[in-house]
Amino acid sequence: MSEQLAKSTPPLVPQHVPAPVEDKVISPWKEAWRNFKKNKIALVGLSIVSFFIILAIFADLVAPYHYRDGNLADKHISPSAEHWFGTDEFGRDILSRIIYGARISLWVGFFSVAGSVIIGSLLGIIAGYYGKWIDGIISRIFDILLAFPSILLAIAVVSVLGPSLKNALIAIAIINIPTFGRLLRSRVLSVKEEEYITAARAIGMSDFRILIHHILPNSLAPIIVQGTLAIAAAIIEAAALGFLGMGAQPPTPEWGKMLADSKDFIIQAPWTVLFPGLAIMLTVLGFNLMGDGLRDALDPRMKS
Amino acid sequence: MFAYTIRRLATLVPVLLGMTFIVFMMIRAIPGNPAQLILGQQATQEAIEGLTRRLGLDQPWYTQFFAYIKGLITGDLGVSLKTNVPISEEIWPYLAATMELAFIAMIIAIVVGVNAGIISAWFQNSWFDYSAMVLALIGVSMPIFWLGLMEQYVFSIQLDLLPTTGRDNIRVPVDPITHLYLIDTLIQGRFDQFTEVIRHLILPGVALGTIPMAIIARMTRSSMLEVMRSDYIRTARAKGMKMFWVVYKHSLKNAMIPVVTVIGLQTGLLLGGAILTETIFGWPGIGTYIYDAISFRDYPVIQSGILVVATIFVLINLLVDLLYAAIDPRIKFK
Repeated sequence: MSEQLAKSTPPLVPQHVPAPVEDKVISPWKEAWRNFKKNKIALVGLSIVSFFIILAIFADLVAPYHYRDGNLADKHISPSAEHWFGTDEFGRDILSRIIYGARISLWVGFFSVAGSVIIGSLLGIIAGYYGKWIDGIISRIFDILLAFPSILLAIAVVSVLGPSLKNALIAIAIINIPTFGRLLRSRVLSVKEEEYITAARAIGMSDFRILIHHILPNSLAPIIVQGTLAIAAAIIEAAALGFLGMGAQPPTPEWGKMLADSKDFIIQAPWTVLFPGLAIMLTVLGFNLMGDGLRDALDPRMKS
Repeated sequence: MFAYTIRRLATLVPVLLGMTFIVFMMIRAIPGNPAQLILGQQATQEAIEGLTRRLGLDQPWYTQFFAYIKGLITGDLGVSLKTNVPISEEIWPYLAATMELAFIAMIIAIVVGVNAGIISAWFQNSWFDYSAMVLALIGVSMPIFWLGLMEQYVFSIQLDLLPTTGRDNIRVPVDPITHLYLIDTLIQGRFDQFTEVIRHLILPGVALGTIPMAIIARMTRSSMLEVMRSDYIRTARAKGMKMFWVVYKHSLKNAMIPVVTVIGLQTGLLLGGAILTETIFGWPGIGTYIYDAISFRDYPVIQSGILVVATIFVLINLLVDLLYAAIDPRIKFK
């Protein structure tokens, strides 16, 4: 019956309209990539970040020595062909330690931010979508967490949990939760009022499906931008905690900890202080440049 | 403006209460027995019980929380476990040291940052603009504890121009009155000590001021670029007004609105950065106070130190909001 009906009714789309030309319609992600590619500074950022990611992944192959291997007889050798960045007070190769250290910094950066994105987004969505008193409570919690200077809150968390790399990661994740929570909340609030959401609800879409199909895709771009910048901040914060002795513990080659351990030898062996700091700065710069570039590429308002 | 101030003050109460609660819960969140942790493995049972009582850990948390709040309202910040002195009595010198450092850092950041931003906008796409913006990008990515170490290496160790640590020359120490050494030395007419204090402030001030400087420079530049495209600027130019006055008089006034907010926010953030800067430069400020307390597990000091800094941070943010509303009347009606 329905087949017959389908055959008898004329097609809704007139046949003579040509199919849409493929190359003119590009997905927003492709467009973003095209914008990103045009931004030279952002590409520099991407290259720096990729460089450190490759170092971290292939540390075992790239590093000339193991990060723990050292000979006291080789202590404080200045940069040479054998040890490009010199050696530290235990005769360990600094270049190798920096290469292995990239693993730790990137690991802390990615996972702490992933944690804040997941928890923050969840709280933000609940606050924005359900509103009323739930929103009141969650928003107040965000206000309170934001009321602390971030490094201070991290120090407070670590001084409760005890100093370790894992606890530093948790602390950094906690301090970033409100950033993503607020972002998602405001996103939900603005998307919620859109007509297509009303339409989606009218055709009987469940809250969960609206969330997955409409709200999350709409929030992805700012999360990516904010996330990239948050990784930069997280790497500095992890290094700061390490520097204060509240993060990674020896012999972990964490960059901040390396700085703290070698700062007393700055007169005899300045290279032990110079290179770990440069590594932190370069990595953070890479993520910052990339984040700025992504913001310009993904933000429709910036399009000229 | 009055109604706005009241409204803004009202939102402050739950935040301050929440902050106090978090800080209060810190010691209770420690896994195991906090008194045992503070005193170490060798502590006797009596000592542990004594400390538990002293910290009030033997009572239900809500009783303690209200007692804690009551104490805070009357200015009681607890007693340091290390020195046995009430924290409210010993905190001021540390706080004054940090305030002085933060003040100098902010002066450096504003003077250099605002001017770099203005010149960059004025001569957009010039070599100055490019180098200033590249430097600003590097500045925001700078681990300030490393910058501090590098400054010490170059300017103290290699060039021997400036002192490495401390607030004053230890051989001719400043006689503290207000503990703000710049003021103290001036009151006493000791200009030799005043320059000495300034010399001690430069390196930590630059280290602490670098990130705000970079952010202020970027903000000033983009804000100036926007304002300089507006019609009234073109009119001023058309009247034949000198570019210098157009930039520094007409444009700057409007361009400063967003910059003021950034300056305020950065002042608050300085307090966090101060902890790192102070540990490097041996600066006897609130950061050092908290940091030393952590290694001693002096929880009352950690708690009160964090609470004091966070409260100042919140109050600065409030001030910024009010100032912003005062210079930009559109805000109030939001």
